[in-house]
Amino acid sequence: MNPTLHAILVFLQTWWVELTSGVVIVAVVPLVAGYVVLVERKLMADMQARLGPMRVGPHGLLQPIADAVKLLIKEDIIPDEADRLIFWLAPVISMTAALTSMGAIAFGPSFQVARDINIGILFVLGVSSLGFLGIILGGWASNSHYSIMGALRSTAQLVSYETAGGLAIIAGLLLSGTLSISGIVAAQEKYHVWFIFLAPVAAFIYLVASIAETNRAPFDLPEAESELVAGYMTEYSGFRWALYFLGEYANMIVVGSIATTLFLGGWLRPFPNVHWLNWLDFLPALIIALIGVYSIYRAGKQPVMVQTGFMWAVALACFAVALIFAMPWFVGTLKFVIPGLNGAFWFLLKVSAYIYVFMWLRFTLPRYRFDQLMHLGWYILIPLAIVNVFAVGVAMLLESNGVNRWLALILTTLVTLVFAILLVRWHDRRTESASTASLAPDSYAG
Amino acid sequence: MQDDALQDNSTLLGADELILNMGPQHPSTHGVLRVKLKLDGERVRGTECVIGYLHRGVEKIAENRTYQQVAPYVDRMDYVAAISNGLGYCEAVEKLLNVEAPPRARVIRTILTELQRIASHLVWLGTHALDIGALTPLFYCMREREEILKIFEKYCGARLTTHAFRIGGLQYEAYDGFEKEVERFCLDFERRIQEYVDLLTGNSIWIGRTRNVGVLNAADCIALGASGPILRAAGVKWDLRKAQPYAAYDQYKFEIPVGTNGDTYDRYMVRIEEMRQSRLICLQAIEKIPEGAIMGKVGKVIKPPAGEVYHSIEAPKGILGYYIVSDASTQPYRVRIRPPSFINLQALDKMVRGHLVADVVAIIGTLDIVLGEVDR
Repeated sequence: MNPTLHAILVFLQTWWVELTSGVVIVAVVPLVAGYVVLVERKLMADMQARLGPMRVGPHGLLQPIADAVKLLIKEDIIPDEADRLIFWLAPVISMTAALTSMGAIAFGPSFQVARDINIGILFVLGVSSLGFLGIILGGWASNSHYSIMGALRSTAQLVSYETAGGLAIIAGLLLSGTLSISGIVAAQEKYHVWFIFLAPVAAFIYLVASIAETNRAPFDLPEAESELVAGYMTEYSGFRWALYFLGEYANMIVVGSIATTLFLGGWLRPFPNVHWLNWLDFLPALIIALIGVYSIYRAGKQPVMVQTGFMWAVALACFAVALIFAMPWFVGTLKFVIPGLNGAFWFLLKVSAYIYVFMWLRFTLPRYRFDQLMHLGWYILIPLAIVNVFAVGVAMLLESNGVNRWLALILTTLVTLVFAILLVRWHDRRTESASTASLAPDSYAG
Repeated sequence: MQDDALQDNSTLLGADELILNMGPQHPSTHGVLRVKLKLDGERVRGTECVIGYLHRGVEKIAENRTYQQVAPYVDRMDYVAAISNGLGYCEAVEKLLNVEAPPRARVIRTILTELQRIASHLVWLGTHALDIGALTPLFYCMREREEILKIFEKYCGARLTTHAFRIGGLQYEAYDGFEKEVERFCLDFERRIQEYVDLLTGNSIWIGRTRNVGVLNAADCIALGASGPILRAAGVKWDLRKAQPYAAYDQYKFEIPVGTNGDTYDRYMVRIEEMRQSRLICLQAIEKIPEGAIMGKVGKVIKPPAGEVYHSIEAPKGILGYYIVSDASTQPYRVRIRPPSFINLQALDKMVRGHLVADVVAIIGTLDIVLGEVDR
């Protein structure tokens, strides 16, 4: 055999999982991100007493595709004064980092996207942090004041909140004792409880920090559209802009997955070890079938034939998926897929819930100011996260010395909460005295 | 600390000042305002407003039109509160002619003007909240404003630049069911205000973004000529509806809300309370709209005696004054308008110095300027 061909074959044989999953990620994640955007717009419309996208496809379902086509055929503008190479490179870095970090995420017990790395969480964190390089470089290369200010804000925000988020993750890792993603979920199965109940403060800190890391409201200062036009993306248009945009939404999915894995029990269903709740395993099939039934109910109310047909199609698709979920229960030889399928269902449900919280906050809250953001990060979240790591460590120590685990954790959590209240009180008093001091009397009158 | 930094000319790190050009095409300068910001990092060291992008020469046009023909032009100054502009102009000319609108016309004018005040404040609230990053209040505000605009449309056929009033009274009689629709809106509106209050008033991010931001104390307000909610938020109880009653305001009971600190949060609270008071005025007014004519004794050709007149009203954004000089012809010799937005905008530099870029946006929002009125 030709040695080159042989080498290629060996290479493929070794790495085919990674290669395939790479292709799948590149093909699927942008589509999913596009539909996350659509869901966000629809939810926002619902909360704001309007309809949202309705024109492209039934209920605007084809809107992401139309948007992508529009962005692809837009004129490609690079500002004259921009640093062309870096301008070109920056969105690619951003997008690549977001997609690469998807690789280590596991959707089910035997459902890794690429491979179960023994330092999974570390890999995801490290690679997704690289995405900010894209933001900073893009802001710098644009050679525009708005862009550079957006990029600077982003840098400062990243440094502060990665720290807080990392410390929150450490608390979760202390409980699980491993960095491997499947190991973390296995630990939660072993403990019979999700880590959000064991380390609620860490989960909360991670929620806040992850919103800030993904540049979402109320921490969307790098791209605050009412102040900096579009922040670091101001000079970008067309598909370069779309890369940034997709990177941002892919990042949301990544942080959602980390939080799900670490705090929400990964692919475990609620109460995984309570046997009389085993009927919960039927739930995925049931829920999907119910969506199908609802679609049929709605089909009768559609004003146009096309829409009625579409609703029927949705219903049939739902029934088909429900059948796939239900099939293994009846066909003995397929029993082995049950944990994988159900795991993926629960995992995606939890990630969706997490992203829903992101969106909900975005529609409700005004935006922080830059100094307030920094104060929140450095004066409250980071000290709290450090104390929390200590508290969880102390709890683990007490547990190994024979104290009941729940008692130890509740005690240490209470101590952390008291510390948090004191911290917030102190910070409020500090900002109050600072702001009254700056109100110097000044007048033109007289 | 901020003041020290302003006094000496060097920046924090010894770097050059950054000149950031905000506008005229910028999402949150509310039209075509251009602000040149001198920045030290994110801190504002000075501003320079460049205005005139929307200048249409309303005052000059007025010199070449008959008195009636001027009225639609003034609607296009503060296009968010066209009815208030029209009221001021019509009353100024009536003063010049020495006629008075009949009582029925005055009451209907009051109702429409107060509805317009609510609509104007709703536009302010929605855009101000959007500037500070709250996306949702805008849509709630527009929903209620739509109800008001529907009433205007039914009354005079136009929604935005209404030209609702005529010199000497009204052109149109109130349509059937006018009172009922106004009442329905007012009764429902209290609940709607509560929705905005729920979203914003107690929200700690909102408080953090608005309290002690853009403080303008009473002495500064008076020195700069600032009026309207900006003056009242600084604690000065000055409202022309009470001080120099016009239209039918002397017949109704209402409060003048005032603030204490003169910061952005106080201005927000004052405007919210003003919407409540406007609602109460409308409810009182529709109870008894007097019967009778809607036009006073004004000839087809308006030819006031030679002389001059100044008349001012409390528009939603502040004191709106008209100074009209007549040379006894059918056209005004000179019309000079005192637009509240233009005068209030002067305070911008004073208010933003030492604040951050994000506060500039909040302060432009809280000034509630309409560039059509600033530039005329």
